[in-house]
Amino acid sequence: MLYFVARRLVSALSVVLVTLIATFALFFIAPTDPAGAICGDRNCTQERYNEIKQNLHLDKPKVQQFAEYTAGIFVGRDFETSGVVQHCSAPCLGFSFKNDRPVTQMLADRLPVTVSLVAGYAVIVLTIGVYVGSMAAKRRGTFGDRALMTSTLVVSSVPYYIVALMIALYLTILYPILPRGGWTPPSESVGKWFLGLLTPWLVLGIYSCTSYARYSRGSMVETLSEDFIRTARAKGLSDRVVTYKHALRSGLIPVITIFGLDVAGSLAGAIFTERIFDLPGLGVLVLDSLNNYDLPVIMGTVLVASVILVVMNFLVDIAYSIIDPRVRLA
Amino acid sequence: MSKTVRNADAASAGSSSATPLLQVRDLKMHFPIKEAAGLGRTRKVVQAVDGVSFDLQRGGSLGLVGESGCGKSTTGRMITRLLTPTAGQILFKGTDIAQLKERELRPFRRELQIVFQDPYSSLNPRQTVSNIISTPLRVHNLVKKGKELERVQELLERVGLNPEHHNRYPNEFSGGQRQRIGIARALAVEPEVIIADEPVSALDVSIQAQVMNLLEDLRRDLGIAFVFIAHDLGVVRHFCDQVAVMYLGKIVEQGPREQIYSAPQHPYTQALLSAAPDLGTIRGVPPKERIRLVGDVPSPIDPPSGCRFRTRCWKAEDICATQEPPLMTQAQSGPGHTAACHFAEPKIDLTAATA
Amino acid sequence: MTTPENEGRKDTPDTMVGTVPGDGPVLPDAKRNPSIATRERRDTAYTPSGETPYLVVQDLTVQFPTADGLVSAVNGLSYAVPLGRTLAIVGESGSGKSVSSMAVMGLHDRKRTKISGSIQLGGDEIVGMPENELMKVRGDAVAMVFQDPQSSLHPLYTVGNQISEAYRVHHKVSKDVAKKRALEMLDLVGIPNPIRRFKQYPHEFSGGMRQRAMIAMGLVNDPKLVIADEPTTALDVTVQAQILDLLNNLQKEFGSAIVLITHDLGVVAEMADDVLVMYAGRCVEYGTAEDVLARPRMPYTWGLLESIPTVSAASEKLRPIKGLPPSLLSLPGGCSFNPRCPYTDRVKGERCTTDLPELLPVDGAGAHTSRCHLHDKASIYEAEVAPRLG
Ligand SMILES: Nc1ncnc2c1ncn2[C@@H]1O[C@H](COP(=O)(O)OP(=O)(O)OP(=O)(O)O)[C@@H](O)[C@H]1O
Ligand SMILES: Nc1ncnc2c1ncn2[C@@H]1O[C@H](COP(=O)(O)OP(=O)(O)O)[C@@H](O)[C@H]1O
Ligand code: SF4
Ligand code: SF4
Ligand SMILES: [Mg+2]
Ligand SMILES: [Mg+2]
Repeated sequence: MLYFVARRLVSALSVVLVTLIATFALFFIAPTDPAGAICGDRNCTQERYNEIKQNLHLDKPKVQQFAEYTAGIFVGRDFETSGVVQHCSAPCLGFSFKNDRPVTQMLADRLPVTVSLVAGYAVIVLTIGVYVGSMAAKRRGTFGDRALMTSTLVVSSVPYYIVALMIALYLTILYPILPRGGWTPPSESVGKWFLGLLTPWLVLGIYSCTSYARYSRGSMVETLSEDFIRTARAKGLSDRVVTYKHALRSGLIPVITIFGLDVAGSLAGAIFTERIFDLPGLGVLVLDSLNNYDLPVIMGTVLVASVILVVMNFLVDIAYSIIDPRVRLA
Repeated sequence: MSKTVRNADAASAGSSSATPLLQVRDLKMHFPIKEAAGLGRTRKVVQAVDGVSFDLQRGGSLGLVGESGCGKSTTGRMITRLLTPTAGQILFKGTDIAQLKERELRPFRRELQIVFQDPYSSLNPRQTVSNIISTPLRVHNLVKKGKELERVQELLERVGLNPEHHNRYPNEFSGGQRQRIGIARALAVEPEVIIADEPVSALDVSIQAQVMNLLEDLRRDLGIAFVFIAHDLGVVRHFCDQVAVMYLGKIVEQGPREQIYSAPQHPYTQALLSAAPDLGTIRGVPPKERIRLVGDVPSPIDPPSGCRFRTRCWKAEDICATQEPPLMTQAQSGPGHTAACHFAEPKIDLTAATA
Repeated sequence: MTTPENEGRKDTPDTMVGTVPGDGPVLPDAKRNPSIATRERRDTAYTPSGETPYLVVQDLTVQFPTADGLVSAVNGLSYAVPLGRTLAIVGESGSGKSVSSMAVMGLHDRKRTKISGSIQLGGDEIVGMPENELMKVRGDAVAMVFQDPQSSLHPLYTVGNQISEAYRVHHKVSKDVAKKRALEMLDLVGIPNPIRRFKQYPHEFSGGMRQRAMIAMGLVNDPKLVIADEPTTALDVTVQAQILDLLNNLQKEFGSAIVLITHDLGVVAEMADDVLVMYAGRCVEYGTAEDVLARPRMPYTWGLLESIPTVSAASEKLRPIKGLPPSLLSLPGGCSFNPRCPYTDRVKGERCTTDLPELLPVDGAGAHTSRCHLHDKASIYEAEVAPRLG
């Protein structure tokens, strides 16, 4: 087991490294013009442009630039703009000249928002979604099962942003049944943090629950017809134990696989949700930076998002190996 | 049927004295595998088949028996070159086909056919029976355009299926009928050798007997030689005139059927025969001696040194761990009967003889 | 009527020694007595005069409503198994062997199955018993060993966990006590090194050991009845022999009743006291093992016997039963076996296709019964069938 974790960790770290190189290549080696972007269109003189280029070391060889960028992540680095030296401490992901702040600080402000959102989403789909799916599987063929499955189909055939917008409009503004979305750091007030996120969680979570209910129903229907379920019943176990202990454990495996693949999707879903519910998360940050052409921020966000993906996949792998002993051998 | 009937006289004329149709010499298949070991992986090999030799005469039938995982199917798949052997020779009519490239193999593919165990998974569910059977005909250019259906129906009739059913799909047939379709597909190209890998193991007794009789008719009427892989000793006794008993990738005993069944020399063969449940006893035939092996077959990744059977053998002595017994004629063997054991010795009443 | 009686079962001496778990190979003493079968038969003959048999199935019918119609998988089946005896149920696949024994365990989905008749287990009626009471019976008084140990064990729980769970369902004991019991059982079924094996998962076991583990799990609560549904079909002959010996020894030790489902008549010959032959959901012949295998009185049983290539028989052409088993959606009229039966012309008139033969004693009285209109079954068997069997 320990070896398994260690092996997965090594491979996760190498993926992060590759992502780092790829991101760097995308933004610095590709024919983009970071200096021009920072300089702006209107009052950009050739002098200022050259100065920026020098300050950013964009005139140095690419390899050196990459080394400096990477070194910045581990030990921090200094940036010089118009004679002022700004220190960007480790882990330094660059410096946003547009906002005059280190990218790391900007991300640090936003990350908790997105992480809270996605974590709540994960909890909802993996509990409610899976539970509903298992119930339906247990009662397959009954009216309740069919009604449930049809309604999930209906819900998931409507695009997510429409559902989210409608709920935001009707249930929080016109008929304020649900609290309006908003961000309060949990360090300030856990209650406010919870209330502000409640509606976004429900919207994002319940919407995806429909798909997760269907995945887990399918997977559970299959598992419930397995021979070892018959064995469990032959032992004299109650229906509940058979379903929620014996069947669920192996029924979860495909669901977790889908969840692992879906993390990227949930980050994308987070962008809409943040916009609609006014949450200052990473998604909003990316959208803003795209508008401003704030390259260091975009690059930093891409990097952080990929690290989140890698971490999530690492966790999914570990979850796998906890559930399924056979995986540990692989 | 004239097309399929090979001259039976020619077949029998070319028996024993002439060179065998198929000669397998020291055939090996070592599958490389990777195993997790600490932070890395180690490379090992599964010695699935490790030095198997036998001859198959024209129109003859050789039975390969042994426990699951002993390398029977792997041997069959090498002979039909679905696998390329790690080492060894497969002489078919004098040509070594063991390492031939795909293009040079083509003419031989037609002559060596295989029938698989599982009648459910070995037929493409989306093709009609007619399609399944005529594909090999077309691939090998064996039939004129327009005559295909006629040939398909002839083959269906040969294997005891209704020729009218050529347009049906495999799922419309029962297990035994599907196995017949698999046999018809193999027959389509008029092979000289059919490797039958557990052709009846998945079938019920009454259906099993139907399919066995069909195979026997084919052997008699068409002179096709069979390598018959099975784990059921009764079935092998019924069908094969030569029997080779395999254990962990090697042949441990080989010879004419009567000698293997009535005077087995190798302890493993004796254990197998003694373990086979037998009906004879209930009709008043004296019960046979009971030899019970303990434990399981060792892993083919690290087979035991010396004699591979020694971990389960009740006769094993020190020499068995150090020296590998060669497969050879033993002091009391009849002609053509070989066994690989340092202490080979016939035991005669393991099959309650009913005669 | 369907209670097996045993007239004059020969007492047999203790000749055969099975495998002692964990010991080396056990060779028999070479005592030979031509009149005995390989299996050590019960010393005391079972007499119906005593208390009622532990399991009594009467007129059991199991039907499944499906989209294509009503599937009658079991049709008026009756049998009885006393403690200490083994009943073998044989028949082709689809003949209703598994369905009938699943009914004894009450394992059928109530909503999708119609069950009628009576199943008395130690005096309690299983048919119609509420689920919460059935739960107490399953795994305790009656246990089941399934065909494919690979798929019948939960792949994600350790073998030890699964065995102790089976114990704890029916005993209010701590995990440690259950673990001790599980280790005992692993040892009893001959799994070497139980402490290490306890912590392993099924995929780390070989096929034979998995089946041993299944048996350990089945026997952990000392069931009075063990239903073994093709327990050795997925195993090699050498392992099959080990498992059959194990079942025999355990029965000797604990005196439980065994229902052994199989399609292998060789296994029946070695294991069974009584035999019930099923065809298309009905019992077609029933009697002691000697009766059914040595003096069969029904064309389907004859066909089965003639289809088997035995290890000991010389090689003659097999005489398979022609055709296929009928669809359970529409059984042929009269005797279900009539489309495949070569003896229909020996029965006067068209009775084979019009009247369902009753299950009647073959010699007018006695416990050996068969379902066939033929008059001269005994002479046909002796004159025509027996010689072909060698
Ligand atoms: N592609 C492969 N890679 C690694 N090992 C393999 C491969 N194919 C087969 N083996 C191993 O080789 C050995 C022989 O396999 P083979 O299928 O020939 O057995 P068999 O005698 O036909 O058994 P059975 O009676 O179960 O069909 C087994 O231990 C098997 O696990
Ligand atoms: N749940 C079910 N629904 C419909 N038909 C079934 C069901 N279970 C079993 N059957 C049918 O009942 C018949 C008897 O099955 P079974 O008892 O499993 O046969 P076997 O004798 O091989 O054990 C088969 O034709 C099978 O297809
Ligand atoms: S060589 Fe030794 S170990 Fe091998 S079979 Fe003979 S006696 Fe047994
Ligand atoms: S009743 Fe008729 S059809 Fe049925 S087994 Fe007897 S002879 Fe054959
Ligand atoms: Mg095989
Ligand atoms: Mg069955």
